Amino acid sequence: MKEFVEGSHAVAEIVRLCKPGVISAYPITPQTHIVEDLAQFVSDGKLAAQAVNVESEHSAASVVLGASATGVRSYTATSSQGLFYMFEVLFNISGLRLPVVMTCAARAVSAPINIWNDHQDAVSLRDSGWIQLHAEDIQEAVDLHLIAYKLAENKSVMLPVMVCMDGFILTHGIETVDIPEQAQVDSFLPPYVAPYKLDPAAPITMGPLVDPDYYMETRYAMQETHKQVLELIPGITAEFAKTFGRQYNGLVEGYHIEDAERVIVAIGSVCGTVKEVIDEFRAKGKKIGLLKVSCLRPFPAQQIYDALKGAAKVAVIDRALSIGSTAPLASEVKAAFFGKKKAPSVISSFVVGLGGRDITKDSIREVVKLLNGRERNGEFIDLKPELLKESYE
Amino acid sequence: MFGPLICKPGSSKSNKTGSWRVERRPKFLQKNCIGCRMCLVICPEVCIEGEGKNTYKFDPDFCKGCGNCAAVCPKQDIEMVKEEN
Repeated sequence: MKEFVEGSHAVAEIVRLCKPGVISAYPITPQTHIVEDLAQFVSDGKLAAQAVNVESEHSAASVVLGASATGVRSYTATSSQGLFYMFEVLFNISGLRLPVVMTCAARAVSAPINIWNDHQDAVSLRDSGWIQLHAEDIQEAVDLHLIAYKLAENKSVMLPVMVCMDGFILTHGIETVDIPEQAQVDSFLPPYVAPYKLDPAAPITMGPLVDPDYYMETRYAMQETHKQVLELIPGITAEFAKTFGRQYNGLVEGYHIEDAERVIVAIGSVCGTVKEVIDEFRAKGKKIGLLKVSCLRPFPAQQIYDALKGAAKVAVIDRALSIGSTAPLASEVKAAFFGKKKAPSVISSFVVGLGGRDITKDSIREVVKLLNGRERNGEFIDLKPELLKESYE
Repeated sequence: MFGPLICKPGSSKSNKTGSWRVERRPKFLQKNCIGCRMCLVICPEVCIEGEGKNTYKFDPDFCKGCGNCAAVCPKQDIEMVKEEN
């Protein structure tokens, strides 16, 4: 049913329809509304889950780890500092191969403290073993939660999934969203049956000390599974389309990309703005396109190569940094072309919208303008040089 | 793909930590023992057994030679001696 709702409420609705048995989270802006709504559902008897109140994100992540280990579908959500406070537990969840689903309401990280949107929190978790999906709009954020559980609980995957949605822009924005019926969700997402679980009646040990004779194989297995996930996602999104009628590629999605000479690569809600600017350029006959990266982990390098190999120039937009090196997305897009014969002559890297600085159509027009010149490496757009100085004085 | 993550409980029994022992092992003199069980309780490998005075002994398959039992014994009835080859 179509509803005109806030993004956080829409996500809470879809999580309710996924019927998790345990929910645990700690409030942090801009994620708070999601778990507030879920707590309300539980107390109103609309969701038969245990909502565990905790004193921190470290505990919230630990609760869902434990719940998932006992074979219960589990859910948490966080942002920024909260995500970082979960850090070590997140590696344990993926390392133990537990299909937890988490919403990351993407936000800048401290210091200086900033509650607004960029991708630094999520992107910093890219080595954690979690599958990482990014939404462009609220409908996609809703749909990705269904895809996330389906993927995570696949018996050959058994890895946690982080669904990232831009803080405020998507969590607090209001859109018309198609919230599916319970019967549809149930047919797409049957109850979770764990292939292994902690059960006193049939005891197993999960995550024992693994000495140098065994450790490498556990990590190799995760790496190989991530490769398999790249092959599994298109099948899951096809099944999703059959059930719900909405089509996603799940890995990368092109917009006016077939004949594009210049392509912008981006993640998340900024893709909407980029599409508007592309429409303007297309109206003037300029062959510009967009490649939206929906899945950051596993990284769809081959799909990105295939989509961009015919373009003359590529601009990669990052909303996060790897301070001291090339911006994260740009770095990986460039790596996808290493050693390949067909490649764009220019892959320029741009940093935009950190800490919630508005990314306007002018910001994107500036990216397109700079793409015409020499290759840029981490060029900041909309920077205010007047705020910078050489010393503390 | 999965690595070696799950095992049956009790796997520490198959890991014979006694192989870690170097140079020293406890010797239970069984002369002045008062049966206080301090050695049994402190042993990190839970490899000391006994019931009553002058009955305590250790399992060399699991004893790592840490010497905690000798250090805690209030009657100095446990000595750390050179490992027999």
